[in-house]
Amino acid sequence: MEKSNLNEKTIQINSVKFHWSNKSKFKLHIPELSVDKGEKVLLLGESGSGKTTLLSLICGFLSPLSGKIQLNEKLINDLSATKRDQYRSDNIGIIFQQFNLLPYANVIDNILLPLYFSKLRSANISNQRETAISICQSLRLPEDVVNMKASELSVGQQQRVAVARALIGNPPLVIADEPTSSLDTDAQNIFLDLMFSQVAISNSTLLMVSHDKSLSSNFDRVIDMKNVSVKEK
Amino acid sequence: MLLKLTFNSLYARLLTVAMTVFAISLSLMLYMSVEKLRTSAYTSFTDTISQTDLIVGARTSSVQLLLYSVFRIGNATNNITWESYEDVINKKEVAWSVPISLGDSHKGFRVMGTNSEFFKRYKFRGGQSIELEQGKNLDDLYDVIIGAGVAEKLNYSVGTPLIVSHGLQSFSDHDDQPFRVSGILAKTGTPVDNTVIVSLEAIEAIHVDWSTGAKIPGQITPVEEIRQMDLSPKNITAALIGVNSKLQIFQLQRWINDYPEESLSSILPGVALQELWRIVGVVENLLLGISVTVIFTTLIGMTAIIFSSLNERRREMAIWRAMGASPKVVIGLLMLEAFIISVMSIIVSTVMLFLTLYVLQPWIDNTYGILVNIEMLAVKDIYIFMLFIIAASLVSLIPAIRAYWFSINDGMTIKI
Repeated sequence: MEKSNLNEKTIQINSVKFHWSNKSKFKLHIPELSVDKGEKVLLLGESGSGKTTLLSLICGFLSPLSGKIQLNEKLINDLSATKRDQYRSDNIGIIFQQFNLLPYANVIDNILLPLYFSKLRSANISNQRETAISICQSLRLPEDVVNMKASELSVGQQQRVAVARALIGNPPLVIADEPTSSLDTDAQNIFLDLMFSQVAISNSTLLMVSHDKSLSSNFDRVIDMKNVSVKEK
Repeated sequence: MLLKLTFNSLYARLLTVAMTVFAISLSLMLYMSVEKLRTSAYTSFTDTISQTDLIVGARTSSVQLLLYSVFRIGNATNNITWESYEDVINKKEVAWSVPISLGDSHKGFRVMGTNSEFFKRYKFRGGQSIELEQGKNLDDLYDVIIGAGVAEKLNYSVGTPLIVSHGLQSFSDHDDQPFRVSGILAKTGTPVDNTVIVSLEAIEAIHVDWSTGAKIPGQITPVEEIRQMDLSPKNITAALIGVNSKLQIFQLQRWINDYPEESLSSILPGVALQELWRIVGVVENLLLGISVTVIFTTLIGMTAIIFSSLNERRREMAIWRAMGASPKVVIGLLMLEAFIISVMSIIVSTVMLFLTLYVLQPWIDNTYGILVNIEMLAVKDIYIFMLFIIAASLVSLIPAIRAYWFSINDGMTIKI
């Protein structure tokens, strides 16, 4: 999909408000935020600025108290919790900061895990195992890694396997929560390059969260939490 | 795939899981052993005497008659005369009878006078006969046959001389008429093991110089003279009776109970055994209570173990959720885990139980006279296993629901 196709929004957020009932100090209010289809967006913000809460809302873990969250023009905050879970597995690949993998499962099983929950993504692939191996190859993971236990991999390798898992079955949206924070600078750049190339191949939109401004040049657009959220006391 | 991953997950925590399975298996095994012992004790108890239709004695309660005639506990209230006994056994319904004469002892073991019919007719464990392990039958007037327990505890062998004491706790011995062990019976697991058996004539013989429970002062009849005397029994304590047809049991029982010449009681051993077990059976309820407590403790233990693993597995739950697993799947995973652990525990405990029984069965039989049957699992056991699995899955709901709330609230923010 062309990036210039600005009419199609992968994420569209309007007047979303959220706060934890027991954490009265923290309140999130986002008047407007949108991400175009195929865009690579970096969401910058200090810790405590609400980045992770925003991601939880987009992923459907949380439901906003008011406002609209649309993914691929589908309003998700009206869906039941079960449907939001299903929607997430069909449409979103998620990469955490670290410890992304089930340590006791091998690499292939970890990569194929989302397909177990999403018929839609599983239907996109004819041969699951081969696809997983080929993604691993593109991510320059050593060949013998695929049958190893996740706990036996280095942190860098684990993060690449996490990318492979997020991208299997070509979900429209990939959300990464500071995936490079546990990597050194060289590894960060290699990781980002590999992730970008894979995201491009699968035509996915990427929303990555970081507090590291130096990564900005790699992205199509940078959104600062300070500019999208309204401070509420 | 979920099943495979659950197994992988359990395997990754092999040590903890193995310890859990082992702990639960031990508890389950304890439960099953207690159950086995309980049922075996009951069977052994009710099998103390079989194929005897009626026991006849002087007028008394059925439990008391059973206690002194079969278990040799307590004393007979009275004897019955040989004439009454003959009247009973001359009834056409009676197929066979074994007279029993009790009252004397040897070093704490009861001495029982009887005839050769006893060895033919006394059956236990559903029809097993008593057998001589060593030596021979009562040929001589002063021969005794001793039970396996007597031989073992007193370290007697064939040929050992012994003196019978008068009464049960008496200091006066029938030392003028020494006996000799002629045979030793094989172990039966019944009170016969602790009995010294002599002939009815021998009982008469040792009381020749006695009158109304006391030795006649100065009177010592020489053994040679006694051997020439008529030693036909004048009294017996009780008799075991077999009838020709089971249909006649009640008719004969009524006749005996209404016997006008003497006050007699006749009891059905099976019924009396049940009655007695109801008294002894308090222990049974106690064992059952212990069993249930053990199972309950086990379940709590398993829940605690799953609980303690929850925090370290919070991240794992978050990964499942990120993949699209609903909180219900998270609950399901934990319940599946509890299910697998309980099934494995059942298998391990069953194997352990059978191995233990296989090793200990001869010892239990020899020491306590309880024959523990090594048989395949009964329907009741399988029923209990299923109940355990269901209970285990249900109690695992407690940590699972906690995991449910974790996974709902954690979302993207994963606390380690």
